[in-house]
Amino acid sequence: MKTASPSSYDEMLNADGSVRSAYAGYCEWYKEQPPDLLRRKGSEAEAFFRRTGITFNVYGSEDAEERLIPFDMVPRIITAQQWRKLSRGIEQRVRALNAFLHDLYHRQEIVRSGRLPARLLRGNEAFLAEMVGFTPPGGVYTHIVGIDLVRTGEDEFMVLEDNARTPSGVSYMLENRETMMAMFPELFTRVRVREVSDYPRRLARSLAACAPPAFSGKKPVVAVLTPGVYNSAYFEHAFLADQMGAELVEGSDLRVENGRIAMRTTRGYQPIDVLYRRVDDEYLDPLTFNPNSVLGVSGIMDVYRSGGITIANAPGTGIADDKAIYSFMPEIVEFYTGEKPILPNVPTWRCAEPEALKYVLDNLAELVVKEVHGSGGYGMLIGPTSSKKEIAAFEAKLRAKPENYIAQPTLALSTVPILTKAGLAPRHVDLRPFVLVSPNGIDITPGGLTRVALKKGSLVVNSSQGGGTKDSWVLDD
Amino acid sequence: MLGRSANGIFWLFRYLERAENISRLIEAGFRMALTRDVADASDEWRSLIVTLGLQPGYEARYGPEYTGPHVFNYILRDRDNTGSVLAMTEMARTNARMVRAGITREVWESVNDGWMQLKEALARPVTETRLGDVLDLVRRQSTQVRGAMEGTMLRNEIYNFARLGSFIERADNTARILDVKYYVLLPSISYVGSSLDNVQWENVLRSVAGERAYRWLNAGRMDPRGIAEFLILDGRFPRSLAFCYSKLRSNLASLAREYGSEMHCHEILRDADCQFHQATIEAIFEQGLHEFIGKFIRNNTALALQIQRDYRFID
Repeated sequence: MKTASPSSYDEMLNADGSVRSAYAGYCEWYKEQPPDLLRRKGSEAEAFFRRTGITFNVYGSEDAEERLIPFDMVPRIITAQQWRKLSRGIEQRVRALNAFLHDLYHRQEIVRSGRLPARLLRGNEAFLAEMVGFTPPGGVYTHIVGIDLVRTGEDEFMVLEDNARTPSGVSYMLENRETMMAMFPELFTRVRVREVSDYPRRLARSLAACAPPAFSGKKPVVAVLTPGVYNSAYFEHAFLADQMGAELVEGSDLRVENGRIAMRTTRGYQPIDVLYRRVDDEYLDPLTFNPNSVLGVSGIMDVYRSGGITIANAPGTGIADDKAIYSFMPEIVEFYTGEKPILPNVPTWRCAEPEALKYVLDNLAELVVKEVHGSGGYGMLIGPTSSKKEIAAFEAKLRAKPENYIAQPTLALSTVPILTKAGLAPRHVDLRPFVLVSPNGIDITPGGLTRVALKKGSLVVNSSQGGGTKDSWVLDD
Repeated sequence: MLGRSANGIFWLFRYLERAENISRLIEAGFRMALTRDVADASDEWRSLIVTLGLQPGYEARYGPEYTGPHVFNYILRDRDNTGSVLAMTEMARTNARMVRAGITREVWESVNDGWMQLKEALARPVTETRLGDVLDLVRRQSTQVRGAMEGTMLRNEIYNFARLGSFIERADNTARILDVKYYVLLPSISYVGSSLDNVQWENVLRSVAGERAYRWLNAGRMDPRGIAEFLILDGRFPRSLAFCYSKLRSNLASLAREYGSEMHCHEILRDADCQFHQATIEAIFEQGLHEFIGKFIRNNTALALQIQRDYRFID
């Protein structure tokens, strides 16, 4: 086994090539396996994914292939001790996010106190005027959150991004584990790994705990709203609805009836209590937002504001995903929890600030520059891997609208081995744990989705740009 | 359950049933064509296109000449043919994706797996040599999905809507075969007992996979009246009209039990059901076989529409 480049942290191997404790059990098992086992199992797994229909992307055109997100068979392993610290940090951050969102849509104490510049909210499309003064049922804004973490050392985990809008990928977390257990059952008898499979049950429970004032019955009716069968994440929508025992609805199934949102069933229209929507704010209600949307329900915002339904996540939570807001998260955490943040941010320069901008312009070739509203790894500059020409072009954009950008150092992301043609080789990874919020508390599933850059040296882990996934293990004590 | 899901499951099973029936029709047509001279074979292929209601589309594509490879490729995989077996399997799969939460993993996987195999098999033109394998594949998918459904699905409304789709479609298919071939079965026109008739009759049976069952029940004796009786009234044969309606009756009855009330479609079924009670093949022939079948197809369509309306398949 080869170690990674000396600059980045190899999660499996020490600098001297010995195996770190997290991977001790796994490597012991691995050494006993025939050399081609993983590769053989790899093609088995691909057939398994195709048969079960775990695919993403492009259905629109006639000849479009349904693509698989590459799955790597070497697990990403986190010790119980590391996880304890991570989950405390995540819990704190998510608590702060919800308090922050409530404040933003009410008194804006954080702006009044001078800790957050008002300019970040002005004209920001993710800030929804319709939510001002309204408190969602149970006071919960982000029912489901994905916190993207990167690692740079033994104890150095940092938050790269908060996904408070509609984090996706949880079905891969679940199916990756299913696949690993199907392919290597004996491995799980040797290494004790914490369960993730009850996530759908926890999700259902968490959503049901957020029933709206109009709910009157024994059990809240939960439905998943999908843009439809051609959406790139349709598999996940159907999967979660199925696992929760909830209906999977589309806009055309819904209408307003007696102040509730009701779905057309074979027995007539029936009210929904909690709608787990996988449709963006913009398309949610043609009467309030994009008038051309056919994906949402006309009038749902009125029903929502009068207590007829719970929308998860609440409209307007996307403001917390803004990268300029992100740069203030340490202050935000401290402001609402009165505690120092357990999980640090990645150091971030706000290009809106003249001094920061000067530094960024002087060091473009070393930095990663991101658009504040961008996502999915698009619209960004990775200095060290860009040509002079690309950097110059980006510089022009940056100078024209500095407030649109933030910059971060190019991190030496930690690596975990993947199986390549030449055997195991280290590749950069990140981690997205999934967090559920309800009035009963914050619930973090141990592990999450590990995304891995499959190209040697690449730091881009997004599945839309050649990234893959791994099963993520949190070891049991 | 959602009305849209009920619609999805109903059509998923209609599409699968139709694909299976089409494959039997092609097989029977192919067999028939093999035993004929060129002109008669061409007639046989034309009759197949007519049975499936594809004549205008086919002739727009190939003109008035009917050859085997053109016909079966058109039916199986032609892009211009929106009712091709490939298109049907694709629609079945899209519907299965749509109702993924309502079907078991086993049912979904057999639909998806069948689609993947068929898509590959139909990626290039089908030759006469490959035809048998392709038709087999279509039937196997249908059989597997049915098996997965029987073995793993809850006997609830979803199951009932699936079965309603299957039997509405199957009844329609058997009736359409009878409708196109009815003249073969009319004793007044046929040359009774000639070998040509025997082949024609057997072909009708083969189109609905009934040749062995019929022979077994009738000790090998072929006669048109017996065949018509078998396909229309014999409740033991799973592709007869009477059998399909006995299943529709029981599935609609379970729905009424589950929902606590009958709907308008239950009334329509009762009316349609009368045609099998105490009916004799003599009476049907007296009334006119062609008329009987025509009326049956219209009633069957009306029943399907009423089911879709009563259970709010669409808004």
